[in-house]
Amino acid sequence: MAVGKPEVLKWLEVLQQVYAENRQWLTELDSAIGDADHGINMDRGFTAVKAELAAHPPSEIRSVFQSVATALIRHVGGAAGPLYGTFFLRAAAACPRKTEIEAADVVALFQAGIKGIEQRGKAVGGDKTMLDALLPALDAMRKGLENGCSLAAILDAGAVAAHAGMLATVAMQAHKGRASYMGARSIGHQDPGATSSYLLLKAAADTWRS
Amino acid sequence: MKKLINHPQNVPAEFLAGLALAHADILKVCLDPVYVVRVDAPVPGKTGIVSGGGSGHEPMHVGYVGKGMLDAACPGQVFTSPTPDQIEAATRAVNGGAGVLHIVKNYTGDIMNFEMAAELCQERGIEVRAVVINDDVAVEDSLYTAGRRGVGVTVFAEKLCGAAAQRGYDLARVEALCRKVNGNGRSMGMALTSCTVPAAGKPTFELGEDEMEMGIGIHGEPGRERMPLLPAAELTARMAATILADLPFRGGDEVIAMVNGMGGTPLMELYLVYGELERILRGLRIRVARRLVGNYITSLEMAGCSITLLKADDEMRALWDDPVLTPGLQWGI
Repeated sequence: MAVGKPEVLKWLEVLQQVYAENRQWLTELDSAIGDADHGINMDRGFTAVKAELAAHPPSEIRSVFQSVATALIRHVGGAAGPLYGTFFLRAAAACPRKTEIEAADVVALFQAGIKGIEQRGKAVGGDKTMLDALLPALDAMRKGLENGCSLAAILDAGAVAAHAGMLATVAMQAHKGRASYMGARSIGHQDPGATSSYLLLKAAADTWRS
Repeated sequence: MKKLINHPQNVPAEFLAGLALAHADILKVCLDPVYVVRVDAPVPGKTGIVSGGGSGHEPMHVGYVGKGMLDAACPGQVFTSPTPDQIEAATRAVNGGAGVLHIVKNYTGDIMNFEMAAELCQERGIEVRAVVINDDVAVEDSLYTAGRRGVGVTVFAEKLCGAAAQRGYDLARVEALCRKVNGNGRSMGMALTSCTVPAAGKPTFELGEDEMEMGIGIHGEPGRERMPLLPAAELTARMAATILADLPFRGGDEVIAMVNGMGGTPLMELYLVYGELERILRGLRIRVARRLVGNYITSLEMAGCSITLLKADDEMRALWDDPVLTPGLQWGI
């Protein structure tokens, strides 16, 4: 299948619900190794996204991503605001001016977004961050694309890899962000950023499967 | 959760409304995006000084806006850094044509949001320099952490850079001073109790009745060690020893000292700790030239304290004594 503006908007609508439903869980994960605000911030950010998209309906897919980026940068704060904001900003820049985007376009814009997060946050895989969910997901999606899989299969592979990556952060010691201040005590806790990143991919896989 | 609030989500906006009414002679609060600015900003030809960070640390930063200290402060949500649009708007509002210094505490979110804001300002032709404060000796400074947190020295940097800008220092000189202050200051904190972020509704961590968290951060993030509670003399000695060994401070040095409450500690206890601290420093022939004892950089209702020492030279001492008129610090006016 291809993804049009209605599917992109549906994904964002689902994300708003997902972050509202998981607000407490993400905040609890953040209480253990951070500053207890991640779920609150993501919920506020995607609620602002919903309001922004309703107030100023974008004309094309690329401008949807731009609006999302601006809303997140303005309303999330913390580290997650610039990081997810940069993700959508780069995704917008990589998004072709078409009414429907194909599997290759979708992978390309996830790739651009994830590279943006790497540059903004200066973290690498294994630092116990969002990237530990996103980088394995990107690898899985690229492999799926190379193997000629359908978009639904590509996104499923991405979500599965992100889930495994998220769980793998439990055993990691944090090297970036506030959790790094705990040193070895950060081991044994799941990273809240990797968790919100998994939810982002899971929502795409669930929304764009048919 | 027991707090004097209406609704958890509205705490930042509602406390700023009160701040604006209480100190209308010193500052004003701008909304959308939110920042707090000196009433007389921009001051033509003066280097602007902007800081910001999550709310919940009051009086830092919004309580340090005023003559002789910050030109503007950008408050984020509780314990959450402000956003680039706030910082950009504040920077524009205070730019008197001489450029603006951003004083940024070393937290991943603060750094990224200030960086994005600086990029936006530079696109608009405003010269911005940023100095990152990282004085917390409780954190191992290595490639494998986000580096030391910015804590108590931030208060000193805002006071001294604010005074310098008021005297007419240009941007490069204020920036150099800020780096000197950061390089010569060290802090460490400890907690007796946790704190509750209003929107989270429950304590960030649990501490047993007979426990303390040594090396606590200002957001309730855990410190280096959880241990049985010690008498004040012993825990002051332990914190002082870690701070003194780090710079290191030596006999004959003069320091500006701060014993800071985390928001929930009686002044009685803070003065008790200050007494212990000055006794230790005198024993090492380190003279306390100036001091602050009270709540200056807090962590909501957390009980505990932090100690900050700044090795001060003649320039810093003179700038310290310059007049300051803010809600949080006032003298000489």
